Amino acid sequence: MTDGHVWNFAPVLENLPLLVSGMGGNVLLAICAIVAGFAVGLVGGLGRYSRKIIYRWPATLFVEVFRNTPVLVQIMWFYFAFPVISPFRVSSFTAALLGLALNTGAFSAEIFRGGIQSISRGQWDAGGALGMTYLQQLRRIVLPQAVKRMVPAFTNRAIEVLKMTTLASTIAYGEILYRGKVLSFSHFNPIETYTVVALLFFTLVYPLTRVVRRFELSQKKDQSGD
Amino acid sequence: MTEILRAEGIRKSFGDLEILKGVDLTVSEGETIVILGSSGSGKSTFLRCLNLLEEPSGGKIYLRGALVGAEVGATGKMKYSESALSKLRSRVGMCFQQFNLFPHMTVLQNVMEGQVTVLKRPRAEAEEAARKQLGHVGMEDKADSFPSQLSGGQMQRAAIARALAMDPAVMLLDEPTSALDPELVGEVLRAIRQLSDEGMTMLVVTHEIGFAYHVADRVLFLHQGVIHESGRPGEILINPQKERTREFLHGHLQFSLPTESG
Repeated sequence: MTDGHVWNFAPVLENLPLLVSGMGGNVLLAICAIVAGFAVGLVGGLGRYSRKIIYRWPATLFVEVFRNTPVLVQIMWFYFAFPVISPFRVSSFTAALLGLALNTGAFSAEIFRGGIQSISRGQWDAGGALGMTYLQQLRRIVLPQAVKRMVPAFTNRAIEVLKMTTLASTIAYGEILYRGKVLSFSHFNPIETYTVVALLFFTLVYPLTRVVRRFELSQKKDQSGD
Repeated sequence: MTEILRAEGIRKSFGDLEILKGVDLTVSEGETIVILGSSGSGKSTFLRCLNLLEEPSGGKIYLRGALVGAEVGATGKMKYSESALSKLRSRVGMCFQQFNLFPHMTVLQNVMEGQVTVLKRPRAEAEEAARKQLGHVGMEDKADSFPSQLSGGQMQRAAIARALAMDPAVMLLDEPTSALDPELVGEVLRAIRQLSDEGMTMLVVTHEIGFAYHVADRVLFLHQGVIHESGRPGEILINPQKERTREFLHGHLQFSLPTESG
């Protein structure tokens, strides 16, 4: 082996439970960021779609700012800058959540906008002609059809978010990568540690992508069936 | 006769393009009015202004004599609250050229939707009314089908049932047969004629001159954003007074077959 590297997996394997439970932190952070992000995205997407400039302009600003800056910078900003300009001190979890949720919000706003735009004007007209209000048309007619088309984009985004949660290691949130980093410093075995971290992530994410893929295929079959 | 719907000086512009230049119309109870006109004459836009799917640039709508919306100062400009729109539209049924059934719902759910969400009818009552109206248009056996499983004619009849289930005071039909294969036109026209015979108040935009002749109580010919000529079908369709109406009818009737007696 190069430089006579002595492989030393023992400390990593001893601390495996520590790493696995750290991955629980990633999952928790991802779930919170996805739920909050999609909610923000729905509001942002409707704003982007709105004909009224007082809704469209702020939504566009939000989407462009968060889509065109790195998530890592956003997380750092919420952790270090936010407490300075506001009276709140935020935990590393909250800072990471804010960054990921708002970034996801900006991306899913575009997904919502595209999904809603893909529904023909006639569907709104038909709901409107029955006397439905804007929100009833949206909730009963447009979103149920649009969401079905948006599922692949959302699930891909959700998987991205799960992987992006490792960015929280930079502000010392005790997720898997942060624990791995600490472990590799104390045992001088970064290769072994990060290999195990990567494998653990793979065993979590790969089955998810398979499930998503299968779902997409069944959707496609449904659509070609009608 | 009782006035159901009245339009007063309806104007509509899209940008610099003036589509409607002041249209007045009073619709009486039980009347069937057919609106004819070449494409671009503003006939569909006028229909959509009547239930405010299109907000008129000027003019007023009255439903059973009551002004819809509120006037802004003395400018003549109208303001329509969401509840005013909802109230008007729940009383005015509409069918579209492209049917616009909700594809994620069964036929029965389509016909129940407005009753439940807008009229707040209990589900059982809504279902009963839905089945009754589906029976009315000969669609009772398709209640559990999805729109994608229906022919165009069936879709339009389901759309008619959806509008009828709201117990509308008046029905607006916007080119209900224009998107259909010729062989399916008849079943839809028959359903509409039956409604007319039963006394439903209706405005129909169509290119079916024969239908207008046999079913309409009154025919309006819309041209360049105004009512160019109007009257009983026997007058307008057989013996039009205006040059433009004659040209339009000539274009539509030049290939009609001679009748047996004539």
